[in-house]
Amino acid sequence: MSASVRIPTILRTYTGGQAEVPAEGSTLAEVIDSLERAHKGISARVLDDAGKLRRFVNVYVNDDDVRFSQGLETAVPDGASVSIIPAVAGG
Amino acid sequence: MAVQTTASTTDSASGAPAPFGPAAALSCRECGTRYPLSPVFACLECFGPLEVAYDLPTGDPEALRARIEAGPTNIWRYAPLLPVPADVATKPNINPGWTKLVKADNLARELGITGGLHVKDDSGNPTHSFKDRVVAIALEAARTFGLTTLSCSSTGNLAGAVGAAASRAGLRSCVFIPHDLEAGKVVMAAVYGGELVGIEGSYDDVNRFCSELIGDPIGEGWGFVNVNLRPYYGEGSKTLAYEIAEQLGWRLPDNLVIPIASGSQLTKIDKGLKELIALGLVEDKPYKIYGAQAEGCSPVSAAFKAGHDVVRPVKPDTIAKSLAIGNPADGPYVLDIARRTGGAVEDVNDEQIVDAIKLLARTEGIFAETAGGVTVGVLKKLIESGQLDPAAETVVLNTGDGLKTLDAVAPTTGPTATIRPTLAAFREAGLA
Repeated sequence: MSASVRIPTILRTYTGGQAEVPAEGSTLAEVIDSLERAHKGISARVLDDAGKLRRFVNVYVNDDDVRFSQGLETAVPDGASVSIIPAVAGG
Repeated sequence: MAVQTTASTTDSASGAPAPFGPAAALSCRECGTRYPLSPVFACLECFGPLEVAYDLPTGDPEALRARIEAGPTNIWRYAPLLPVPADVATKPNINPGWTKLVKADNLARELGITGGLHVKDDSGNPTHSFKDRVVAIALEAARTFGLTTLSCSSTGNLAGAVGAAASRAGLRSCVFIPHDLEAGKVVMAAVYGGELVGIEGSYDDVNRFCSELIGDPIGEGWGFVNVNLRPYYGEGSKTLAYEIAEQLGWRLPDNLVIPIASGSQLTKIDKGLKELIALGLVEDKPYKIYGAQAEGCSPVSAAFKAGHDVVRPVKPDTIAKSLAIGNPADGPYVLDIARRTGGAVEDVNDEQIVDAIKLLARTEGIFAETAGGVTVGVLKKLIESGQLDPAAETVVLNTGDGLKTLDAVAPTTGPTATIRPTLAAFREAGLA
């Protein structure tokens, strides 16, 4: 399963400036593992010490906020678009 | 809060006013990492929100009070406490603030409050909501950073405030709103002539879109007041705290009832109150902060009642569209503040919101938008449930004008009678 991951500006130092990168995995957790293998260090920015999504990170799989589905266990269909976005916006 | 002991309000090289006045840096609220003052909003280490840290003026509180009191009758009287240059009042801006603090004796009587009640009525701002305060600070930051387009994600009020401020400043504006907002808010956002884009989705969808836009080359040169300028923007809400204290005669109330959308306003009012105490401008005394949400969008209230310290996002469904943020960025901090101060977070349903709008209008002659219905409705509920002491002095916020949300009250509000122009008809209608 492959997905396309949109990277926020503050994580692009890990992706050589790329705003969108490919990753493999059938769940969000696997996609983040895949990102970490290709872009070392990025996982620790998205996940906290307990391995959970940081509370100020929003992740969307095909426009759906993963907090409304299964979090890190959310299924990532083949060809899906995954977006990682800082949560501290708006209001 | 980083309150330090030195003040530097001029640029040492040029002698010109320092562009950010007493602001010293941006600081991550989660992990404390500091950053130079720049158009960034999330911590590189942990994604936490960045906020402005200050070297606030020290010395004689009496002198600072006198300096503030001699200032303009708008938020710029508090320039020494804001991330703006000392000459900010000379620049084109819509100059919000110094709105009325209304002594609400009739409403107090109706609610059984004996300790005193005031309504901080921010419908009196230039675009008729508190958003003018936050936009004024963000506009100044945009100018300093050389940003040429002012933008935002908005539930309506902010879009109008950004449009007006950009027009006055001669900047382009391009603002984004959910496509299904109240007609009054859409017109009030569009009339200033900037670009207004309706997004097919909820506010949270709009917000997500803007967060992605700012990371795209399209967004270069854009100042999203509540995204990349959010640390500066939020500081504008501190002026509500300053004004309430000054208008009470430089003292703090016992209770404040504040609406929650993202939670930014509530957290910054708390920050402002703490600064007033730290600077010696008011006596150090306890205060309680109460947050108010609509039942149809009450993720913070639900977390408070459940004893959680994280906020689970919801999909909003309420007439209080200006508070319809299902994924509130500052929700966890609201929980911290309500618990730290001994306050609470409560919610009311749409019917209670409409009833509260009418109650405030009937008792005090103040026509609030739905967010004001939420705060007054929650105040009533807090008293009835014993969560707020009626013998204590309370300030309740009305953050916007009822003319913007006529749809909410129109179905149940109208003429008492329609009659022929004769005295007989007046009598027949039972009105004599």
